Amino acid sequence: MNERERQSDPVLRYAVEAGPPPRVRFSGRMDAYSTGPVWQPVLDEFRRLSGAPELVLDLGEVEYCDGAGAALLYSVERETAERGGTLRFEGMTRAIAGYLKPYRDADAARPARGAGVTPWPQRLRRGVIAVGFEIHEQVAFIGEVSLALVRGLARPGQVRWGDMLRVAEAAGYQALPIVSLIAFLLGVILAFQSAVAMGQFGAQIFVADLVAISLFRELGPLMMAILLAGRSGAAFAAEIGTMKVNEEVSALTTMGLDPVRFLVVPKILAGILVAPLLTLYANLIGLIGAALVMRGFGIPMVTFFNQVSGAVDFGDLGSGLFKACVFGFLVASVGCLRGLQTGTGAAAVGRSTTSAVVSAITLIVVADGLFAVLFYHLGI
Amino acid sequence: MGFGAMIIMERLDFVVRRGEIFVILGGSGSGKSTLLKHMIGLYRPLAGRVLIDGADVTTAEGAEREDILREIGVTYQMGALFGSMSLLENVRLPLEVHTRLPPAAMNRIALARLQMVGLAEYSDFMPAEISGGMQKRAAIARAMVLDPKVLFLDEPSAGLDPITSAELDQLVRRLSSSLGMTMVVVTHELPSIFTIADRVIMLDKESRSIIAEGDPRVLRDSSEHPWVRRFLRRAETEDLPA
Repeated sequence: MNERERQSDPVLRYAVEAGPPPRVRFSGRMDAYSTGPVWQPVLDEFRRLSGAPELVLDLGEVEYCDGAGAALLYSVERETAERGGTLRFEGMTRAIAGYLKPYRDADAARPARGAGVTPWPQRLRRGVIAVGFEIHEQVAFIGEVSLALVRGLARPGQVRWGDMLRVAEAAGYQALPIVSLIAFLLGVILAFQSAVAMGQFGAQIFVADLVAISLFRELGPLMMAILLAGRSGAAFAAEIGTMKVNEEVSALTTMGLDPVRFLVVPKILAGILVAPLLTLYANLIGLIGAALVMRGFGIPMVTFFNQVSGAVDFGDLGSGLFKACVFGFLVASVGCLRGLQTGTGAAAVGRSTTSAVVSAITLIVVADGLFAVLFYHLGI
Repeated sequence: MGFGAMIIMERLDFVVRRGEIFVILGGSGSGKSTLLKHMIGLYRPLAGRVLIDGADVTTAEGAEREDILREIGVTYQMGALFGSMSLLENVRLPLEVHTRLPPAAMNRIALARLQMVGLAEYSDFMPAEISGGMQKRAAIARAMVLDPKVLFLDEPSAGLDPITSAELDQLVRRLSSSLGMTMVVVTHELPSIFTIADRVIMLDKESRSIIAEGDPRVLRDSSEHPWVRRFLRRAETEDLPA
């Protein structure tokens, strides 16, 4: 019975005899491929016959039966029992009985973590504890990073500058194509949208002021930070997360190397370094895009850039670059933190990466709002 | 068998008999797992054929290949459970792909398979939440959910403690006797070899061929190759006691 012949079209047939007692006779093969098409009709047939006190299931003509076939037999057995009837098997071999046993046993199994819905006070308690742990971890991580950065500044020889430059190249230089594209399109769109509206008042020349101030103070750093979060923050989380899953982080610790100093500090320094540089580059490309659009509206490039130089001062540029530094720090540190918090398995790396991007963008927006208030009060 | 110009093994000629537990042995780097991957059609041999029930795995394409793959189940060294799915979903996946069973039936079959490996209570757990030994048992449940003719197990006991390893051996033995399934196992865990193997072949890295074939107990006591006797006695030299 255990040996299965190769069949291109395995078929399970059943026939019903009225009785009494009603008898259902199976013939052919009962495997995962042949039971599928007859599963529901067989169950319906047994429901129809469930009025009889006893039913007979004749397996004498079954050529082959495996686990899937036994699953059908067990379903029929349960269906009959639930409706108060008795099912008697005829022609049951030892092999079929062996396959049937795990189904009966599995029904008795109870979920290891308990079944049902957890009461809401318990869920609330767990939620509060989880948030508490999360806050504790983040504060501890900020402390560790700050300490490592201070130590790095005090003893620059301890910082892994080679790693820092490698990360800076990946996060900065290799990001130039995408930053160019987005910044150029942003400049073009800003200029075009505002030129049409301001043209109605004959104020098209002030498009240069609008684009320059928007880019330098707000859009340049913000757009660059979001790009950095999606591109490099995710990469940091995935890299460190994979290292965690492969126990490379544990290996560093047991070798006496602090993972924060070894893995995190170079990435954070790279983030702080490349973020303002990318912002500066994005500002320039955005202005070029806007200048090209304004040329189409009859404003020469020289006039456009003269207007820009009069509209923005060092405070506008400096505030934007300072914000970019902070955003770079936030993106890199959140990416590294999520990487170090990775659990086990491939799915955990995916969760860390997603969490790194979402947390970084949230922090960027919150920090940007705080900067807006701060700069207003400082008069910058 | 090999990669490009590098030949790992040659003149490999052996038969796995229906219903037996067949173990592939060899030193580290001798090509045991590579041979297993050739037998399941993941790698193509440089020359020769691999026949499973008369069908050649090496040349089969399309529907013919799918037919062969339906007849085999494979577990990998690290379990290879899908981390984003619960144990029940992992075991149910082959049923979803290959059969037209109703969802409730698939769940019932998958749960019974987990019950056979002692994991029915953990059906809603994710692979990351259970131990390495449990992951390997769940991988066996997934591999046999379609009741394959042949089950291939790549180092099922590797990295497990002796008790878990012994439990896994008993599971393999029990499944083989209760389901009559043919099993091909790659391992170099001596206790496992003597517990589960009906027959073994031993690969030799230097001669790049099979140097011994037969019952492991007989080979341990009377193989003509000293290296085979030493391997099966776990002895550094021939004079050390067994």
